Amino acid sequence: MLVYVIRRLLQSLVVLLAMSALVFVGVYAIGNPVDILINPQADQEDIERAIKGLGLDKPLWEQYLVFLQRALAGDLGRSFAFNVPAIQLIVERMPATLELATAAMLIAIVLGLPLGLWAGLAPRSVAGRMIMTGSILGFSLPTFWVGLMLIMVFSVHLGWLPSNGRGPTTELLGVPVSFLSWEGLRHLAMPATNLALFNLALVIRLTRAGTREALLQDYVKFARAKGLSDARVVGVHVLKNIAIPIVTVIGLQFGSLIAFAIVTETIFAWPGMGKLIIDSINVLDRPVIVAYLLVIVTLFIVINLLVDLLYSVLDPRVRLADART
Amino acid sequence: MSFPGETPSRDAEVAAPAVSARPGVRPVLAPGEGEETPLRRIAADFAESRLALAGLALFLAILAIAVLAPVISPQNPYDLAQLDVLDSRLEPGARSGDGKQVFWLGTDDQGRDMLSAIFYGLRISLGVGVSATLCALALGLALGLAAAFLGGHVDTLIMRVADIQLSFPAILIALILLALLGQGIDKIIIALVAVQWAYYARTVRSAALVERSKEYIEAATGLALPASRIVFRHLLPNCLPPVIVVATVQVAAAIALEATLSFLGLGLPITEPSLGLLISNGFTYMLSGKYWISFFPGVALLATIVSINLVGDQLRDVLNPRLQI
Amino acid sequence: MTEPTLKVDDVRTHFFTRRGVVRAVDGVSFEVAPGRILGLVGESGSGKTMTGFSIMGLVDPPGRIVDGRILLKGRDLRALSAAEWQSIRGNRIAMIFQDPLMTLNPVLRIDTQMIEAIRAHARVSAQAARERAREALARVGIPSPDERLAAYPHQFSGGMRQRVAIAIALLNRPDLVIADEPTTALDVTIQGQILAEVQRLCRDSNTSLVWITHDLAVIAGLADEVCVMYAGKIVERGTVDEVLDRPLHPYTRGLLDSVPSRNRPGVPLRQIPGMSPSLVDLPLGCAFRSRCNRATETCLSEPPLYALGGRHVRCFHPIHAEDELERESQ
Repeated sequence: MLVYVIRRLLQSLVVLLAMSALVFVGVYAIGNPVDILINPQADQEDIERAIKGLGLDKPLWEQYLVFLQRALAGDLGRSFAFNVPAIQLIVERMPATLELATAAMLIAIVLGLPLGLWAGLAPRSVAGRMIMTGSILGFSLPTFWVGLMLIMVFSVHLGWLPSNGRGPTTELLGVPVSFLSWEGLRHLAMPATNLALFNLALVIRLTRAGTREALLQDYVKFARAKGLSDARVVGVHVLKNIAIPIVTVIGLQFGSLIAFAIVTETIFAWPGMGKLIIDSINVLDRPVIVAYLLVIVTLFIVINLLVDLLYSVLDPRVRLADART
Repeated sequence: MSFPGETPSRDAEVAAPAVSARPGVRPVLAPGEGEETPLRRIAADFAESRLALAGLALFLAILAIAVLAPVISPQNPYDLAQLDVLDSRLEPGARSGDGKQVFWLGTDDQGRDMLSAIFYGLRISLGVGVSATLCALALGLALGLAAAFLGGHVDTLIMRVADIQLSFPAILIALILLALLGQGIDKIIIALVAVQWAYYARTVRSAALVERSKEYIEAATGLALPASRIVFRHLLPNCLPPVIVVATVQVAAAIALEATLSFLGLGLPITEPSLGLLISNGFTYMLSGKYWISFFPGVALLATIVSINLVGDQLRDVLNPRLQI
Repeated sequence: MTEPTLKVDDVRTHFFTRRGVVRAVDGVSFEVAPGRILGLVGESGSGKTMTGFSIMGLVDPPGRIVDGRILLKGRDLRALSAAEWQSIRGNRIAMIFQDPLMTLNPVLRIDTQMIEAIRAHARVSAQAARERAREALARVGIPSPDERLAAYPHQFSGGMRQRVAIAIALLNRPDLVIADEPTTALDVTIQGQILAEVQRLCRDSNTSLVWITHDLAVIAGLADEVCVMYAGKIVERGTVDEVLDRPLHPYTRGLLDSVPSRNRPGVPLRQIPGMSPSLVDLPLGCAFRSRCNRATETCLSEPPLYALGGRHVRCFHPIHAEDELERESQ
């Protein structure tokens, strides 16, 4: 088990390094680093100074090392638009995005698992078919359009929920969160639901497919042959088997949620990382773009690593494999 | 990977042994009796779901609209000479200022007939989505087959790149590529291809690896058929079912992704407005109640994606031998 | 005469598929007395496994039992409600499946899977159930049962897993055990051990056993009575000695002849010509007709199962003693 963990850690580090090299190449070698890193509105003297300061006159490999050094120290350039370190901007916005993504994930799991189980146990029933059709819709509807419709219905026509911004925040373990207040929840409701939709459909479909396949397995027949109640057969035997792949997919999807938050945040003006990147792309605030890329890549690699480890803990066949060999 | 459990589709070269029978006694299995080609069976299975048939019908209708758009549109919405700004923001069903046209779905802020804009938009959205998918399919097919057949380092390299790419959400990759490459229809297609190819490569590779070790390939090799013939006439047809399912789903995903990117302002330029851009144009008017500028293009987009997903869903169930009786 | 533990009377289990009706079990009848072992022999597709599932009430759609009676100690199983079935399965009838790797849930521990089988039918504490499970494992010859209880299925060898499956089947001292090819996937030596275990356990507790297999050698050493199945029907039924030494049905004769050890060295192996029929597209009359060298016009109508010399056979031209002599002299 320990061997596995160490191996995965090393793998992750390699991927991280490779991605950083890619970003570096994209910025320094392909793009014009002068445009990307130095504020185009600076005058010639400042530009010259900045070039020397950033070491842009040195050979490429040296620049890469400097780049890595700075990145590890947390220095990823200064935003043109806000004139603060890019990394600071991103760290400021991260809690908002994480809150949104977590809320969406919870909605997807809490609603998706039971609905998917139901649809898998009774696929040809009216409820089962409706759930499946609903999931196809949830899966096909483009996130941004649903967001617009939600605003139209709940903000414009009914006036129940606010259509933009985040509610007031309070500190929880040092992190600003907004879900602890009613006002905060009101602001969180629509964006979280919007973001959750795709994943909800995914969880429903996965659970349904997993349940249907599990029911065909021999161990289910054997469990019934032992005279176990249907509740136990489904609740223990089937559920434990399908939980493992579903949990891992959900875990991986968390990263996807953070990415799709870009769209949701734009529509609902939610002050997270996603909105930041879109705004930055629009004003060509490149240091922020670079910083965002690196942070997101790191985040993803960490998520993938955690999910892999989680999988190996949950599945006894993987966990105990080393014990036998 | 799963495949039709039937005998391979084209194996005239590997004949079944004839059943010998005593004269006067009817043999139990007469050759050629009760045959149902896989294609006919798939079509029959597919037709069992009325929903899927409806989806197919809807998709064909949309396809027809897209192809015939220049012919059936009441107005060419991109010919500035035909537009009258005084006709802008009219409600659905209103008449134009000169009384000559009825704007069945209203007009946008430039006086464009929404119906025509939607027809043209469908054309572009569908065109981009389908061509991107076909390119990705071709690329993925080639790389997947190469990985399966050449094995070794080529295989490892291709699969590593595919894995890494698949662990990042599509929107992120597309976003980065477009931020680097800029706008334009070819750049969008490049981004869409870059996002999709890995699905095909992985699917084809798994299918090819499993099929390669099956006996009918050994038999064909034993008959000293040339490698190209083995690949194209024997291997490929049996690898296709899972690829077809992936492709169907991916077309919908590509269309949705392009719409999202256009909505965010990163996609197609204004000169070639897809449905996403139309929706984004109408965003600002949502809050003042002029919903039709975003709503109807959204419905069109929805119809396209849902119909494709319905078809794809049924295809996947039909082509999965494990769920068959 | 004591009531038979199991009485199967003209049971038919049909599958209603798009291609047609598959008559997997088509009029099967037999009885098993307490403590006796019945062998159900046939090739794949003969309907023997489906017969086992029919008795257990585990036939899944699109199949269902369309006719016949199944009596367990006089009780009509087909009339049971779902709740009654749950109390009977694993309790009064138990089943052992062919592949224990797939039948034991891979993500649950052995003790979980055994304890739940006990607690589903009796109100005992988890502690007491665990004790019983431990004893059961010891009884089937598994060493250090306490460690084994905490293990997962994949940590066992094939033979061990099958022993666990047998232990589970016998946990609640059922009246009847149905074993569906439990030793097919095992080494011959392990197979011998398992067979001996099972025989001993059944004799000790007077449990009836239906052993489903395609392997005649297993039947020869294990069973008291044997039924030979072909294309969903029983074609011969009698005691093991009678059927294996003096087979009446040409199919049984063919099966016996094709066992390699019964052939003389240097002479080509004898086979039954042709292939077993598709159950959707059964030929007219006797299902074995096209492969039989004794078939005549009479065989175009379906032969009934009738009594002949103390046992039963389904054939218009059963093999008699004179034919035997003729065969020996060849």
